[in-house]
Amino acid sequence: MAFTAPKETYSGKVYPVTIGTGDKAVTFGGENVLPFHSFEGVTPSRPVISTEIQDVPPADWPETVRKPYEAVSGDPVTWAKFCQDELKAQAITVRLVGTHPDRENRSPADAVKTVKDLLAAVQVPLIILGSNHAEKDTAVLVAVAEAAKDKNCIIGKAQEANYKTIAAAAMANNHKLIAMSELDINLSKQLNILITQMGFDKEKIITDPMCSALGYGIEYTYSVMERIRLAALTQNDMTMQQPLLGDVGMYVWKIKEASAPEADLPQWGALEERGIAWEAETAAALMIAGAGLLVMRHPRAIKEVENLIDELV
Amino acid sequence: MLIIGEKLSIIAKRVREAMMKKDKGPIQEIATRQWKEGSGVIDANIGPAEDGGEELMQWMVTTIQEVVPLPVCLDTTNFKAIEAGLKVHNNQWGKPMINSTSNDPERFPILELGVKYNCDVIGLTVGKGGLPADAEERAHIAAEIMGRAMEYGLPLDNLYLDPLVLQIATSQDHARHVINAVKMFREMNEPPMKTVVGLSNISNGCPKTLRPILNKYFFVMLMDAGLTAAIADAHEMAEVMQEKSIISDVIAGKEIADKQKMTEIHKTLDVIMGRTLYAHSYLEM
Repeated sequence: MAFTAPKETYSGKVYPVTIGTGDKAVTFGGENVLPFHSFEGVTPSRPVISTEIQDVPPADWPETVRKPYEAVSGDPVTWAKFCQDELKAQAITVRLVGTHPDRENRSPADAVKTVKDLLAAVQVPLIILGSNHAEKDTAVLVAVAEAAKDKNCIIGKAQEANYKTIAAAAMANNHKLIAMSELDINLSKQLNILITQMGFDKEKIITDPMCSALGYGIEYTYSVMERIRLAALTQNDMTMQQPLLGDVGMYVWKIKEASAPEADLPQWGALEERGIAWEAETAAALMIAGAGLLVMRHPRAIKEVENLIDELV
Repeated sequence: MLIIGEKLSIIAKRVREAMMKKDKGPIQEIATRQWKEGSGVIDANIGPAEDGGEELMQWMVTTIQEVVPLPVCLDTTNFKAIEAGLKVHNNQWGKPMINSTSNDPERFPILELGVKYNCDVIGLTVGKGGLPADAEERAHIAAEIMGRAMEYGLPLDNLYLDPLVLQIATSQDHARHVINAVKMFREMNEPPMKTVVGLSNISNGCPKTLRPILNKYFFVMLMDAGLTAAIADAHEMAEVMQEKSIISDVIAGKEIADKQKMTEIHKTLDVIMGRTLYAHSYLEM
């Protein structure tokens, strides 16, 4: 007797989200099955990998991931063009880390200039992230959302402490919004409810349950993502049907495995390969858990994950 | 259903201050109110009470029983404080209760007190190894506690098994594990084992307006499962008793006239049974 694979049927689906404009717009989400379960239903879009840059030179990145951008990262526009034209990035994420009060403390006006220059220079969709300083992000993200009006960007991240202002700015300027909570599925649901109660379209939210790197609590992120997907698909929970974000690069490239020299820890293997593999593994795991949008840094790690997606779809 | 009035807890600021100042007024007022509202036992939770616990527990027991003809549930981890309290407890108003023994070896000696003073003893189904994962693990621990009670000579009739209610806001699955555990505990002996829960922990960490709603419907589910006793707010539980028939109608799938109430009951039961994911605003969705 021929083997028949058991199939699960689901009652819910993930909202498809399109970002950017024109030919370069990309879509992720839209599936009515668990990640890559195309044999059970529809998976209209591949996960999208967005290449991360920042508004100030990446002096804080370890050498492995700084090196591929050495010639271009002095200026965000040159950097972004390199990602788009040379690396063929599908989307670019600019993290406005220089606006953090403990860093360069760049003003909202400085951030607006960076964003306007980027929008003028690249055609791929832009994801605009603050510095994760709840108070400063309010001022910065409101200003950049306005500056990027109608460019269909993603603005982030809205958190419990600042979601009202940021969501209002994203709504007024036709952007998508990242809603971030800290590794708690119930608070993640609550934040989505609060944002939609403001009149924000639930299909324009991307849920960030907070990332963690392999070896640094990835199992928590994995589990929350998996449970969010199951609530969306098996319970048809409309507050949990947003695509999920894996903000991978930032979490991976600050751990010691990504920067500890071979001379000190020869048993850990080649430094460069180690860091790249770490980022690719972390991203792959979260993609399997349900992340439809990944923010990554190293071009080779991105390539590895793209190859994996090719094999899985 | 036996209600063990929960309000005399050191966690409450007013009670804590009264305990510290040995001010009988607030303690007696709260004890009396709980009695009038239908409590059958008054819980006296003095916390770990490492310093002066013996004297404090004696003061609590006598202060409560001066005005209320009910037994007291002596709630502390301090063994000596419990024994001191038992010595002054007025048994003419019923058997005292001890909260609690568990599967942690440090809590085994509580059973000796239960035997020596003929008390009811709450057996909390946790061990040294952390929280039980599901109903089965709770039942496994319950069996160990029952075995130990028999070893110490405490009649099983004096043992109340407590499946440990956790917060729905952070441990949603445990709500239904607790309900299942109550059913399983009952089946572990003939006549059925007695069961008790610390009810309001279910809504700990939830918005204030939601707390009585979760407490009440969770209580109904537990009652249907065969619960014997609850450490709870007697006032809230009296309200449940009035609403019991409409809640049971909704559980049975019947329509009721008050549509808003019906929605509230459905949504809350879905959250308790894990059919929808909990969020603080679940009633608004």
